Amino acid sequence: MSAITITPISTFRTEDPYPFCPGCGHGPILDRLNEAMIKLDLDPTKVVIVSDIGCSGLSDQYFVTSAFHGLHGRSTTYATGIKLANPDLEVVVIMGDGGTGIGGTHLISAARRNIGITVIVMNNLNFGMTGGQHSTTTPEGGITSTTPLGNLEHPLDICATVGVNGAAYVYRGTSFDRDLADRFTAAMRKPGFALLDVWDLCTAYYVRSNKFTRAGMEDSMRSWGMEPGLLYDRETVEYSVGYRAAHAAIVGTPVAGARPVPVGYAHTLDRPMSIVVAGSAGGKVRSAVRLVALGGIRSGLWAAQRDDYPVTVKSGHSVTELWLAPTEMPLTAVTNPDVLAIISSDGYKKAGPYLAAMTAEDLVLTIPDHRDLETQARVVVIDPKSAPNRIPKTSMGLVYLSAALAITKPYPLDALRETAGAGSFAEINLEAVETGIDLATG
Amino acid sequence: MKTSTEAPRREYVDGATAIVRGALDAGCTFFAGYPITPASGILMAMMRELPKVGGVAMQGEDEIASMGMCLGAAMSGAKAMTATSGPGISLYSESIGLAIMGEVPIVIVDVQRLGPATGGATTAAQGDVQFVRWGTAGGYPVIVLAPSSVPESYSLTVKAFELAERFRCPVFLLTDKELAMTLSAVDVDEYPATRGAERLEKHEGLPYSWEPADAVEPMRRYGEGDAFRFTGSTHDEGAYITKNPAKVAASNEHLVAKIEAHCDEIEMVDVDLISGAETIVVSYGVTAGAARTAVERLRAEGISVSNLVVQSLWPIPESALATAFEGVERIIVPELNMGLYRREVERIAAGREVIGVNRIDGGLITIDEIMEAVR
Repeated sequence: MSAITITPISTFRTEDPYPFCPGCGHGPILDRLNEAMIKLDLDPTKVVIVSDIGCSGLSDQYFVTSAFHGLHGRSTTYATGIKLANPDLEVVVIMGDGGTGIGGTHLISAARRNIGITVIVMNNLNFGMTGGQHSTTTPEGGITSTTPLGNLEHPLDICATVGVNGAAYVYRGTSFDRDLADRFTAAMRKPGFALLDVWDLCTAYYVRSNKFTRAGMEDSMRSWGMEPGLLYDRETVEYSVGYRAAHAAIVGTPVAGARPVPVGYAHTLDRPMSIVVAGSAGGKVRSAVRLVALGGIRSGLWAAQRDDYPVTVKSGHSVTELWLAPTEMPLTAVTNPDVLAIISSDGYKKAGPYLAAMTAEDLVLTIPDHRDLETQARVVVIDPKSAPNRIPKTSMGLVYLSAALAITKPYPLDALRETAGAGSFAEINLEAVETGIDLATG
Repeated sequence: MKTSTEAPRREYVDGATAIVRGALDAGCTFFAGYPITPASGILMAMMRELPKVGGVAMQGEDEIASMGMCLGAAMSGAKAMTATSGPGISLYSESIGLAIMGEVPIVIVDVQRLGPATGGATTAAQGDVQFVRWGTAGGYPVIVLAPSSVPESYSLTVKAFELAERFRCPVFLLTDKELAMTLSAVDVDEYPATRGAERLEKHEGLPYSWEPADAVEPMRRYGEGDAFRFTGSTHDEGAYITKNPAKVAASNEHLVAKIEAHCDEIEMVDVDLISGAETIVVSYGVTAGAARTAVERLRAEGISVSNLVVQSLWPIPESALATAFEGVERIIVPELNMGLYRREVERIAAGREVIGVNRIDGGLITIDEIMEAVR
C-alpha cells in the first residue's frame, strides 16, 4: 500500500480549441469558468453543464464534465430537473441573451424557487449565430440586422429581473473582469439560484455595427442604468433541499390505495338503471350522485357517473348521469334516463334532450317551477317548501335522489342511509336522505 | 383469485386515480405538470403522492418548463411522467422532439378535451389521435397507448413506463375527459398491483449506440460513472454535434428502426371476433365503451358482428388489424373526431368498406349510433 496523493484536476477543458470568432468574449468567459471549477476542486463527473442555443450553446462540448445541450431558452428547466432529481450534482447553465429572452419566464421562476443552479449569461447584446438580429438586451438605438435604423425597445435588465424575484446571487460584469473566476466560484458556492450577466463583445456583428468597444462597455451599462458588480447576495434555502425538508415527514408513508366499498345489502335490479340529476354548479350534484352510487355498490351493484359542467366552478349547470347496473358495463352516455331529477332552472335548461327521449315507463322528478315541462314520462312534482325544514341548495340533489330511490327502489334505502352516515357531512346528508324519502312517500 | 362465494371488492374510482397508481407502481419518481382541465387531477394527486415514495412532483411555470424538468430529471436517473390536455401538448411539441432525439424515456398523459385551441375544457373528444403521433418536427415515431376503462388506465400506464424504458422514447397515454374524470365501480382485483421493471442502465461509456440500427443502448445517468453528454442536435454516439452524413443517417435511422422493427412488442388490441361476421367495429378510448355494448346488443338480436378495441394506437397495430379484417366486408370506426384514425384503418382495410361514426359536439357516441351503423 502506498499513500494516495490527490491532485486537483488541472483543467476541465478538452484539448479542442473554441470555435468562436476572433475577439469574441465567449472563450475568455469559459476560461474563467474553467478556473473556477479548478479552484473549487470539483469532480467533473458530478458537474453537468447545461447549455442553450446560439453560439453560447456550443460551449459544453469543450469541457470534460457531463453536459445537456437542449432547446432555445429552456436550459434552466432542464437544469432544474437535473438538480431536483439529484441535488448532489453541480449544475451550471450557459446561455446567451437570446435564451434569456425566449426563456425569460423560466429564469424568473428558477430565481423565485431558488433552485441551486448557476446561470452564466454570455450577453453580447444580439443574436450572433443567426445573423446579428436584435435580442431582448440590445440597447435602445442599437443597430442590428433587424433594427437597421436603431432599436426601439428598452433593453431587458436581466439582473434586476431575477434579483427582485428572489435570486440568491446576482452579478453583472464583463468578460474582461479580472475577478470573474472568483465571481463564478462564489456563485457556485452559494446555496440557491445564482445568475451572472456577463457582457461581452460580438465581433462579428454588434461591435461592427455600433462601434462598440471594451472601454465603452461599463460606461454604457451605467448610462443605461444597469450597475455592474455584485447586485444581490442573500441567504436562502435551496429549493431541492427545501423540497425534501418540507416532505420529510411523509416520505415512506403509504400511497393512497384502493378503498373497496363493503357490501352488506342486496339490490333488486335485473337490468341497468340510469338516473340523471340536472342542477346547478355549486349545488353538490356530483357529491350527491356519488353517495347514491356508493349506496349501489354497497348493495352489490356496478355504478358509473359522468359529470357535465361549464369551466366555471360555482355558476352555471351541473348535470350528472349515473348508471346503476347488476353486471359490469362499459362507460356509455345516458340518452333516455329511467329517472331524471330537475332540481334547478340551470339544470332544466340542459334537460331537453333527456325529456324528449323519455317514455311513459320513465320518471321525472322536478321542482314546482318546471311542473309544465313536456315529456312522455311520468312527472312527479316535489315541492321543497313542503319539507318540515328548509332544504339548503347544496342538499337538493341528495333530497331528490333519495326521493327517486324511495319510489324506484333499485336497492335498499338502508344502504343509502349507511353510506350517507359513513362519509363527510354525515349529519347534513342523513337529513337530506330522510327528507327526500319523506317527500316521496309522505 | 377471487371466488364466487366472496363478496365483491369494488371501489368507486376515476381514470386519473388509476393513472396515478399505475405511475407509482411503475416506479415513477418525477412528475412535472401545469394545471389544465381535465388533466389537473393527475397533477394534484402526484403532488400529494410522489413525495411519499421519495420522488419529486413539480408544478412548472408552464407546460414547456414542466417537460423540460421531466427531461432533465430523467437524465439524472428519474422515471418521469407529465400530464396535460391538447393545448398543453401544443406547448410540449419542441420537448417531444428533444426526447425523441436525445432518447429520453418519458410518459406523457394527454387527457383529451374538445379542440381546437382552448375548445371545450370540460368536454370529451378524441381529436389528438394524430396530433400526438405527429406533434413535433421531423416525423419520427413515438408510441401511443389508449386505455378504454379504469383498469386499463392503470395497466396501460404501467405498460407506458415499460415501453418508454425499453425503447428510450416518449410514450403517450391518450385518454380523455370522460375516462379520466368519470367515477366508476371497479373490481379491485381486476388490476392487481404490478411493479415496473428497473431501468436498464450502464455507468460507463458512450450514451448512444446504433449498431445494429434497432438496438437500444442502456441509459446513462448524470453523476454515475464517467462524464457523458446529451444533445438535441444531430450527434454521434458520444452526443457530439455532427453533420457527418454517415453518422447522421445512422442516428436518425436508429430512431425509426428501434420502434418499427419491434412493433410486435408494442402491438396491443382487445379482439372479440365472431367467425364469419361480415362487419367489425374498430374503436379506441372512451368510444370503446359504447362499441362493446353495441356489439353485445347486436349479437343478442342475432346479428353477427366482431369487435376490436385498439390499445396501442401508434405504431398502428397493422398485423392485428389485418388479421381481424380477414373475411370481413365492412369496418365501422366510431371516434370523437371527423375520422382521424379511420384513415389509418382504410389503409389496412385494402379496399373493404370503412364507415365512420363521428361526433364533435362534445357528446359521446351512443350505443344506438353504433348499432345503427352496423345494421
